[in-house]
Amino acid sequence: MSASGAVMAPVVKSSAILEVRDLRTHFVGETGSVKAVDGVSFSVKRGRVLGLVGESGSGKSVTGFSIIGLVDPPGRIVGGQVIFDGRDLTRVTREEMRGLRGRRIAMIFQDPMMTLNPVLRIDTQLIEAIRAHADVSQAQARAWARDALGMVGIPSPEERLHAYPHQFSGGMRQRVVIAIALLHKPDFIIADEPTTALDVTIQAQILAEVQKLVAESDTALIWITHDLAVVSRLADDIAVMYAGRIVEAGPVAEVLDRPLHPYTAGLIGSVPSRNRRGERLQQIPGMMPSMLHLPKGCAFRTRCARADAACAADVPLLPVGDREYRCFHPLIEVPVTEMPA
Amino acid sequence: MSAEDLSLLPASAILPIGEEAPFRQTARAYLRSSGAIFGLVLLASIVGLALLAPLVAPQNPYDLLQLDIMNSRLPPGSESTTGMIFWLGTDDQGRDMLSGIIYGLRISLSVGVSSALFATIVGTSAGLIAAYAGRRTETVIMRIVDLQLSFPAILVALMILAFLGKGIANVVLALVIVEWATYARAARATALVERRKEYIEAAEALAIPRWRIVFTHLLPNCLPPLIVIATVQVARAIALEATLSFLGLGVPVTEPSLGLLVANGYQYMLSGMTWISFYPGVALLVTVVAINLVGDRLRDVLNVRGRI
Repeated sequence: MSASGAVMAPVVKSSAILEVRDLRTHFVGETGSVKAVDGVSFSVKRGRVLGLVGESGSGKSVTGFSIIGLVDPPGRIVGGQVIFDGRDLTRVTREEMRGLRGRRIAMIFQDPMMTLNPVLRIDTQLIEAIRAHADVSQAQARAWARDALGMVGIPSPEERLHAYPHQFSGGMRQRVVIAIALLHKPDFIIADEPTTALDVTIQAQILAEVQKLVAESDTALIWITHDLAVVSRLADDIAVMYAGRIVEAGPVAEVLDRPLHPYTAGLIGSVPSRNRRGERLQQIPGMMPSMLHLPKGCAFRTRCARADAACAADVPLLPVGDREYRCFHPLIEVPVTEMPA
Repeated sequence: MSAEDLSLLPASAILPIGEEAPFRQTARAYLRSSGAIFGLVLLASIVGLALLAPLVAPQNPYDLLQLDIMNSRLPPGSESTTGMIFWLGTDDQGRDMLSGIIYGLRISLSVGVSSALFATIVGTSAGLIAAYAGRRTETVIMRIVDLQLSFPAILVALMILAFLGKGIANVVLALVIVEWATYARAARATALVERRKEYIEAAEALAIPRWRIVFTHLLPNCLPPLIVIATVQVARAIALEATLSFLGLGVPVTEPSLGLLVANGYQYMLSGMTWISFYPGVALLVTVVAINLVGDRLRDVLNVRGRI
């Protein structure tokens, strides 16, 4: 059913395959509770790419793990819903979740050096993943694995099936990882910084490959990263996270061109650019506050130049057009005229 | 687009040059030590001798028809009534000591290897399951392991054999019960490190069945330390079996292991007939040393984790 034909595509595209509503994942420890994800909501449609952006510890990875139900204790989803294809994934049984994982929802991890088992041959690992969800013979699984490697652009896949992970370069390994994620033509993929460990030329190849595969298979993709350059190339929509909350979301071009939240602006300002050669890079002053002692109200206010007394109150996520932001002092005044027709 | 560019290259252009399969790398590294080669050759000849016992031994020491009481307790180099030379002398039954030792090696080695093998299987499974499952399963398994290891091995083995009676199968069972906990502890320690790694998380994200994650993905990554422990434990099991047999609770008298041969000669030691105990003792020592030489080298070689 995931292999939707050309006729089906427009119909399916209109509805969100995944909708996260007010997701809360907390880590309860002896020294207090860390609200790693605290009321995150977003949705992703088929064939679309959502870039989930934030610095280390902003809760972007935990959001990804929460969706797929792999939060390690003491972490726990304490509230909210993850609606995937009409089902709330926070409520399904463990067996139902296992039936979805790897088949309809796939995950790509950060470091391709680490996500492949170092002592198993590539074919063993691919065939394992195939037979976990499909009742096929060893020979069929092998052919399937070979085709999967070919699809992600691995040359002479038949020979490469016999190789061990250490015989591949980093980029090739990430291609194998992507091939594994795509094996069962998932409806939805979570990619957790999959190009961070690769050099830029390889990164560009992988991004182009992923873009092509997502468009071809009409898969929804969440791309978790701290790299705005990657997001601007790849994503349709962007959600910026800070201290467990989404502070700004919207279409990627609009958000990056005209950020509303001071934090988003700070992120964009800290990216080196060719056009501003010789200029000093801007940095966001201070550090992200400890998740154990977040300031009341806006978590960013201790680092924000525009903050005032009003920011100590809880800031709601304010909608404007197809964008959302969580700030009392947005960088651009957003009058009603800003709303697109 | 990039796919087309890359497919023009031969596979060798992408394969890092000079990468060998892990097994061959390990074998090459092993052979860099002359002491280890000596140990391996020694062990191979001992195992070969034990395997080919019926072909190389001058006599079948289990066949009572071949034994003559007139030949009992002859010193090394004596000639039998039928003209056969006893190179290492005979015991009180008139058994050729050389044949007795070769056949005894067979018993000792098979008891040592099979008990280590079963203990590895039981202990490793328990340790891996404990590490992977965590929570209550882990607590229960590891407390049993602690309990097991808090008793002296020889005491537990003696109690089990006193209860079950003599016999090769019972000795193996007793040794497995005594030894499995060591493997369980080592397997758990390694697995705890491995299970935190991303490839296990990736396997979970693919919803690969739990038992397959444990035995296909986790187990091979935990093997190096277990191979080393297993090797050393074979030597330990052989020594323990010899002790049990020496104390009269091991293998039956009709099929003596090295330990029992030592015990048989013990009562004649003070009468100057030292060969009955001495040569089986030497065989035992050489076997244990050879196994430990191999085990030590394996530990050095397999601990190099920078290979990957």
